[in-house]
Amino acid sequence: MSALFWVPAVVLIASALWTITASKPVYSVVALLVNFTALAVFFLTLSAEFLAMIQLIVYSGAILVLFLFVIALLSSGVAPLSLGPNRLPRIALPAAICIAVALGLVVAGAAATHVLPVPAPAALRSAGPAGAANVFGSVQDFGRALFTTYLLPFEVTALILMVAVIGVIVLAGEETPYVATRRRAAETRKAMREAIAREGD
Amino acid sequence: MPAWIFVFIKSAILLFVVVTAFAYAMLAERKIMGWMQLRPGPNRVGPWGLMQPAADAAKLILKEDLAPRTADPLLYRLAPFISLLTAFSVYAVIPFGASPAGIWSIGNVNAGVLFLLAIMSLGVYGISLGGWASGSKYPLLGSVRSTAQMISYELSMGLSFAGVLLVAGTTSLDGIVHAQVGLWFFIPELVAFVIYVITAVAETNRAPFDLVEAETELVAGFHTEYSGLRFGLFFIAEYVNMLTISCIATLLFLGGWDAPFGWTALPGVAWFVVKVAAFMFFYMWLRATLPRIRYDRLMAFGWKVLLPVATLNVIVTAVVIAVRG
Repeated sequence: MSALFWVPAVVLIASALWTITASKPVYSVVALLVNFTALAVFFLTLSAEFLAMIQLIVYSGAILVLFLFVIALLSSGVAPLSLGPNRLPRIALPAAICIAVALGLVVAGAAATHVLPVPAPAALRSAGPAGAANVFGSVQDFGRALFTTYLLPFEVTALILMVAVIGVIVLAGEETPYVATRRRAAETRKAMREAIAREGD
Repeated sequence: MPAWIFVFIKSAILLFVVVTAFAYAMLAERKIMGWMQLRPGPNRVGPWGLMQPAADAAKLILKEDLAPRTADPLLYRLAPFISLLTAFSVYAVIPFGASPAGIWSIGNVNAGVLFLLAIMSLGVYGISLGGWASGSKYPLLGSVRSTAQMISYELSMGLSFAGVLLVAGTTSLDGIVHAQVGLWFFIPELVAFVIYVITAVAETNRAPFDLVEAETELVAGFHTEYSGLRFGLFFIAEYVNMLTISCIATLLFLGGWDAPFGWTALPGVAWFVVKVAAFMFFYMWLRATLPRIRYDRLMAFGWKVLLPVATLNVIVTAVVIAVRG
């Protein structure tokens, strides 16, 4: 069990450091891929089987592929950044400390008031083999919790994502190349029809 | 003996079986394509050309391993291994026969279908990183196409799985096969089956969806610069992925190891192999029959036809199941 914790833990932190220090953006994507996979292993050891699979399908398999698509394939001719190290703005350090303190307070508060319903490992074992149906973290258990107890947060999240998608479409504007091409083609067709009509006269 | 020894032994056996199956699937494809095109196919090495895979392997191993000067040194070498790793990892959860004690599968995972989807969604990295790291034009174009194609078709494929999961009421592959005894899912979930077959061919980049390596436009697509064993690894990964797709079709739609019409004279594993072989033959038949589809039509078809139909299928299935109680 300890090897199952320490090996992914080391991989997780090393790949996170690699992500932010890599000189080529594509290496950052690969490091992030390793990071996500190590995180999925962590979910598995916490018997959150469904979450581990979704982590791989959604983050590694979909979102990160789009990152790679944009970084590697659309900017492949761009040389790696050869500038000197960027200076962080003065506000960065105090801001980082504030965030760390806030997160620490959240974790401490949650631990003190038992907000996080983390079952003890012994309870998990008594409930059945990890990953079996109707056990904490299984697909059935996760789905039931998501669509009963946490239905409102779930729907609100869906709404927020929807707003983001609409926002992207609004920001990208109507004048995408595709629309412009279509409009030009329609104009050409109209002009041709008119020319043919004039010929007819 | 500790459990991990069994896992190790089973993995080693499975690795051997899958690699052998790959070798002879490749030979079978060349033979079948040959017969369909009125030519004999490979027939020089050994009786009926049966030693051809060994000869091909020897050739690939002995060839020089070239890398372009513009290639990314790390990722160019890593990419074939990513392809191969994801291709083989899938077999960790595939059950090949009825296994009360887990004899016929390495791991019986409750979220087996999701594991398959997760690993298959990682398969795109080998191709897209390989194409990018080659540092030349045709591989890059090939991998751009491949990434777009695989992302687009993966969605519809996941939705076709969802229909089966709804009917079976479980995500465990073992449970799905048990739910099919009597009525295989390709009958009640015919729409999902058709969508799965189409997306599966696109997902493995095989004809008529082999835009990734359309030789008339892109030389050899993402693996243009690869030679020797590294090319061989991509090649193995492609065929192992075809086998995987056939295994999943068998498990989700064709009743797994369940014998048709109660013909239990053959053991379940034999039926599994027969069904996988039939699906593989279908793949080769497609390749010999259909011309390559144009790229913009492929994308339009994926997003404007397959995805809406797949979504509708999930909704209709869910409503029917809810109404039936």
